[in-house]
Amino acid sequence: MTTSTTDTFFRMTDIVKKYPMGEEEAIVLKGISLEIENGEYLSILGPSGSGKSTLMNIIGCLDKPSSGEYVLRGRLIEELNELELSEIRGQEIGFIFQNSQLLPKLDCMKNVELPLLYAGVRPGKRAKLAKEMLERVGLGERLHHYPNMISGGQQQRVAIARALVTNPSLLLADEPTGALDQATGHQIMDLFNELHDDGRTIIMITHDLKVAKNARRTVHIIDGRLSEGEVEED
Amino acid sequence: MKFFDHLLGGFFMFTESVKMSVSNIMHNRLRSFLTILGVLIGVTAVIALITTVTGVSTSLSDSFTSMGADTMTISVTGNDMQAGLTAENMQEITQFDEVDGVIPSVSASVVVARGNTYDSGISVAGRNDYFFVANEDAVSRGRGITPIDLDEKSRVCIISQDMVDEFFYGIDPIGETLYLDDLSFTVVGIISEDLDESISDMMSGSTDIIAPYTTVMKMNGALYVTSITLYLSDIGQADTDAVETKMGDYFDALFSYEDDTYSITSMESIQEIMDSMLSMMSALLSGIASISLIVGGIGIMNMMLTSVTERTTEIGMKKAIGAKPGQIQIQFLIEAFMLSMIGGLAGIVLGIALSAILCQVMGTDFTISYSAIALGVGFSAAVGILFGWSPARKASKLNPIDALRRM
Repeated sequence: MTTSTTDTFFRMTDIVKKYPMGEEEAIVLKGISLEIENGEYLSILGPSGSGKSTLMNIIGCLDKPSSGEYVLRGRLIEELNELELSEIRGQEIGFIFQNSQLLPKLDCMKNVELPLLYAGVRPGKRAKLAKEMLERVGLGERLHHYPNMISGGQQQRVAIARALVTNPSLLLADEPTGALDQATGHQIMDLFNELHDDGRTIIMITHDLKVAKNARRTVHIIDGRLSEGEVEED
Repeated sequence: MKFFDHLLGGFFMFTESVKMSVSNIMHNRLRSFLTILGVLIGVTAVIALITTVTGVSTSLSDSFTSMGADTMTISVTGNDMQAGLTAENMQEITQFDEVDGVIPSVSASVVVARGNTYDSGISVAGRNDYFFVANEDAVSRGRGITPIDLDEKSRVCIISQDMVDEFFYGIDPIGETLYLDDLSFTVVGIISEDLDESISDMMSGSTDIIAPYTTVMKMNGALYVTSITLYLSDIGQADTDAVETKMGDYFDALFSYEDDTYSITSMESIQEIMDSMLSMMSALLSGIASISLIVGGIGIMNMMLTSVTERTTEIGMKKAIGAKPGQIQIQFLIEAFMLSMIGGLAGIVLGIALSAILCQVMGTDFTISYSAIALGVGFSAAVGILFGWSPARKASKLNPIDALRRM
């Protein structure tokens, strides 16, 4: 991991995102400004339809804003092309999706190796890193199990291992506990806390206040606008 | 070093893509099989047709060679004064250094009878003594035609084994009498079963009865011979064009330089025409067969497009974890390529097997045509890449967000 000169991990200024919707335009993000420091653990809390998924896509370099400036680790995202964006996604960002999104035809090891494959890491090193990471998330005994042979919580752990295996600077999680029962959700949150203690930058997107409270800082998104700080439970 | 890493990374990507493609193909077994079937049928058709046509043409040109590219057929219509050739004309033609001998071709259709047995529509071939010189093994038993037979227009005949079986069952036919159109003929010989037939006989079926041509002409009431086969001497074989010129001069002089009195066909020219006809036929059939390859390609394209739609989420996830557009594209392209190649290779095997059977049935030579195999491999590779390109491109262009929205 390269170290940036300042402590700022990324800075968003006045981000607007519009989608064409028939004749009209739907403005999903209405001027979002957000700054994250290295090692921060942030949750973005909002109900469905508030624009939080769109914001996550922009943070994760899956989508570009319609206007506004987004600087990630010193690089202006608008200026990057498709290939450079995919490199940023591969190097800087570890995605965790709600439904873990493991490939059913690959075992745990192969699933975790996937991002390394796209990054061009050679097989021996791939296997070593994947094994280490699966051990790190407590699945050292399940290396060659297929996703349908393990529980939902374990699948999400594999997904976390996959997100971490490239040693990204940012862990970006979309409803990581959404598909899990409460006890399993707690275990995943404990794992996030450990990762945060290790100095990893984490952004978690959720609609659940209890989950959001695990983070050190929470921003609230409603109707495409961001407000900082604690928000009372609805 | 970085370049090397890139290259190595690309290689691993490639091998992994192959593995993933195999797994995907195996996962949708029935669908993959049906898709492969399209290409398989196309390639089978192309290979079978090419190999079979090649076999037929090899057999044909072989039999041409065995009949001798050393012959030349001349058909003579003559003019008002002389509507064909006389025995003297043929004698003159034989005098040319380039000519070894001349065989007249005269035929009559007769009713053959012996006792209570009769058969109509039997073709009698009128030949001369030279026929039995050129075809040494023409007679299996008895004798051929002699110059005396020709002079005296003797009523003698040489008959095929089929005729023997039909009219002389259990009797030695030599010396016996056979009636051709109520004229009594004496059987003097039996035609060998492995007589190399001349090209004209091959066209009109096997020869059942051979008689002196003078006798047959008398039966027909004909005065002239209208078709002859020249057997070229070594000098003549060395330069068939020169023979054609000399013959041309001879006939021009004979028929007062009138047009359309004769036509000369050398075996060589027949062979050339035959070859060009066969290759045209082969091209035409391959063209038709390749339509089925296009249909097979469309099948592959259809399967790949379905596959892209089905795997939208998977593509989105892969893009999110850093897969580059090119890496997604190559994965799908390899899958299309492999589907096509499996069909292609199976088609080559099946096509060769099919043409081996066809050649066996038709009794022609079977040779594996390497150009046909190369064509099959090339065709299926091209079909895979051509029809896999657009779906693979579509997958690589897929917006990760649109893809992930489906989650």
